[in-house]
Order: sequence, then structure tokens, then C-alpha cells
Amino acid sequence: MSCMSWEGVNPMDQVFKALADPTRRQLLDRLHADNGQTLGELCEHLAMTRQAVTKHLGVLEEANLVVAVRQGREKLHYLNPAPIHEIYDRWIGKYERHRLEALAQLKRGLEEE
Amino acid sequence: MDKPSFVYVTYIATTPEKLWEALTSAEFTQQYWGRDWPRPGSVRSIQSDWKAGSPVRMVLGDGEIEWWGEVLQADPPRTLSYTFCVEMGTETRSRVRFEIEPSGPAVKLTLIHDQFAPEATAEALAGAISNGWPAILSSMKTLLERGRALELGAPASASG
Repeated sequence: MSCMSWEGVNPMDQVFKALADPTRRQLLDRLHADNGQTLGELCEHLAMTRQAVTKHLGVLEEANLVVAVRQGREKLHYLNPAPIHEIYDRWIGKYERHRLEALAQLKRGLEEE
Repeated sequence: MDKPSFVYVTYIATTPEKLWEALTSAEFTQQYWGRDWPRPGSVRSIQSDWKAGSPVRMVLGDGEIEWWGEVLQADPPRTLSYTFCVEMGTETRSRVRFEIEPSGPAVKLTLIHDQFAPEATAEALAGAISNGWPAILSSMKTLLERGRALELGAPASASG
């Protein structure tokens, strides 16, 4: 399962597999709240071993949902929403976008009350 | 040095040369860059001679300049970087950098947007950018891979 190459693997399959795991979605939530974190910073807020976080980050990186950037001696992890936007573009039509946005705002408004 | 604010990566089944053209030619940006937004029929033309130190600007169809900057680096078809300025009460400056690398049969495009200043308005701009780039990149990918851009924005009933 590890070290999957791009050849013969549909990138969108990798995205869905990566997103299917609640821990990995939690990692994306952490990055969404505070983008550009080191492995150590990510581990601080999660009840998981460093090894487990490393493994999950690897799956997210293979799916291109997380991008690691070197800065000096640190490796910073960024949420990369590009593949998620490609999913959005694939199934949400031109005329539906504004209606869906209005619906989402309505839901947010009602649930925050 | 501050850490980058946004890092986006997309893989596009094209050549580095075509991707370079998509980022730097007015004809290309008109087809995918925020098309039909904010108004149906809106198109955007990027304009520059792409020499370091030269101006770059994004011009809306009606002549309005949406953002502008200065070319920092232009090494076709690998690295493109410019300052990115918008008017948000006051001029808000940041920096955009594109890196293009061949990756098997595709091309890997990395976009780093950072150095936001001043801080006060940077947050509002950053919000707009985090909504904008993924849409622009996805639309560009579709254009390069299938020969047509995604249709974004409102219905064209009010176009003129």
C-alpha cells in the first residue's frame, strides 16, 4: 500500500482513499486551521504516535492533499486543496454554484443559532 | 523569513512550454482565469513583456486593472515570480511564485503565494486568494488537458 507510484494509479482514487480515513481528515482539519506546520506541531494536538502521524501524512502527500515544503531545517506541511477543487469542478455544474453557496450559508446560519 | 502562506500543487498532463504559455499569455488567461466573474462575459488578460523588473498587470475586459506587480523572475519554462498588488483601501502587496517541473508524462506546477503586507489588510486578501487559486488552477488544468476551460460563475443570461 505504501510507495504507490503515479503510474497505473488514478490520482482521484488516491484522493478518495486518503479522505476515507477519519484521522487523515483530522490532520487536514489541523492544517486548514493553521497551515504550514511541522511534524512536531501536528503531533502536539493529536493523540497519536509520531510514527502514526508520519504514516498518515505520507498517504496524504501521495494523494497530493498535503504538500511538504522545506524551509531552512524545517519541513512544513501545507493543505493542498487543488485535488478537492477538481472533484468539485467535476460534479458541480456552472448554474448550481450560487444556489449551493446560498444553501450552505443558510445551513451555517441556522446551525450557529 | 516568514513561512509561505499558501502552497498549491497540481499535476497537469501537458508540456512545460504550454503551461508557461497558459500562465503568461493574454489569449490563454482570457480562457480560464476567473472567466465570467464578477460578471457574465468577464475575461482577464495578463499583460507583461516578462522581463525581470517589468510591470505585470491583470486587465479585466472593460479595461479595469484588477491587480498589478513587477516581474521578479522569468525563466521559461521553469520559474515565474512576480509581486502581486491589489487595492484594498490601501495597496496590499504579496508575492507569487510558480515552479514548473516535468513529472513522468505530466507537469508538476507548484504555486507559492507569500510575503503578504501590510498585515492589517493581508487577512482579507488571503481569504480571497484561498478561494481563488484552487479554482483558477483547476480551470487551467481542464483547459490544457481537454482544450476547454470550465465554465465558472453566474448564468450568462445577463451578458452584454
